[in-house]
Amino acid sequence: MSLLQTGIDALLALGLVWLAWRALACPDLFRGIVLFIAFGLLMALAWVRLEAPDVALAEAAIGAGLTGALLLAALARLNRIAPAGTRADTREAWRNAPALLLVLAGAGLGLAVLSLLPEPAGLQAQVAAELGRSGVSNPVTAVLLNFRGYDTLLEVLVLLLALLAAWSLEAEPPRREAAPGPVLDLLLRLLLPVLVLAAAYLLWAGAHAPGGAFQAGAVLGAAGVLALLAGWRLQPHLTGLPLRLAIVIGPGGFLLVAWALLLTGRPLLEYPPALAGALILLIETLATLSIAATLAVLFQGSRPAAEPPA
Amino acid sequence: MSAAGFYALAGVALVVLGLYGLAVQAHLLRKLLAVNILGSGVFLVLVGLGGPADAGPDPVPHAMVITGIVVAVSATALGLVLMLKLTTTSGRPTLEDDAPREGPEA
Repeated sequence: MSLLQTGIDALLALGLVWLAWRALACPDLFRGIVLFIAFGLLMALAWVRLEAPDVALAEAAIGAGLTGALLLAALARLNRIAPAGTRADTREAWRNAPALLLVLAGAGLGLAVLSLLPEPAGLQAQVAAELGRSGVSNPVTAVLLNFRGYDTLLEVLVLLLALLAAWSLEAEPPRREAAPGPVLDLLLRLLLPVLVLAAAYLLWAGAHAPGGAFQAGAVLGAAGVLALLAGWRLQPHLTGLPLRLAIVIGPGGFLLVAWALLLTGRPLLEYPPALAGALILLIETLATLSIAATLAVLFQGSRPAAEPPA
Repeated sequence: MSAAGFYALAGVALVVLGLYGLAVQAHLLRKLLAVNILGSGVFLVLVGLGGPADAGPDPVPHAMVITGIVVAVSATALGLVLMLKLTTTSGRPTLEDDAPREGPEA
């Protein structure tokens, strides 16, 4: 059994490196992106093998799914802007490689990792000791939303910042694409309630099992991406203030909670143990909405038009 | 060697591959792929080193990696918009220091 597991681990590790190599080396960019998505799915398997199911969920939904969708959408737009440009990379590529430098860097990193391996000094004990006062029983959620809540606050702000920057650039005027046909539309009508339910479950389960705001937000965002692909658009009266509210309510709610806690004389984001569970659920619910809206809007690539294009 | 060790070493290989792709590839979309692969390598090293020990997996690197994945997708989305903007302006999805070569290329 142990031999089998070691074999799977070795195969998975080699497969990751091989897929990454092919994604970077294959001449066709489209194939490169597809290989990168496959790489992300193998990464999710690797996280399962490393006993990190929370990370596996986030990797499958965000690392493989949404990043892949963003890359493919950008490639399609690139083909429209510069049809010849997408294959221009193969001639210049893989030349004048600073090979020696990279071999040295790899050897140095490898030695450092090997020297650190025998004794991984973790924080398991400290987290387990404080878990009872954190308001949740999933240690990863406790670290994300309680012990290191300021990391997560800055993270949702980074997501908002990326969207603001993308909107202010206005890379391409929004275009109306032809609806891809009735099959996707029908599939979406069946899938959408399931995706919303799955997101709600992931959000609720995050308190005691693998899941949480980011995984739930990514699943909900994926539903939004599917809807955009099927040609669904927000009603014009929803693209103004309501959409912007959905985007800022996560970071805004998080900041309000942090500010209210400061007013009560507590350090930044140190919840009273009695209220911790409820506050974490509140922050996670608002963050899920904002993450989903932000990811879907980032996929669309341009600011949704307030007026429907004629 | 433990399973976590395999993945930490695979992470080192991914970091090197990502650096190589970032340095050598001219196309900006390929550079973004390389940055993402580099990041995945860093995540694997981070979790692999704090991997399943006797006391169970360490949740702190797990939480940091989830944060990292979300930051990576934000940065990738912004990078893609910047790449499209650059291509609209300059006609090429690459960064080149030298003056553009004139005339038809063979």
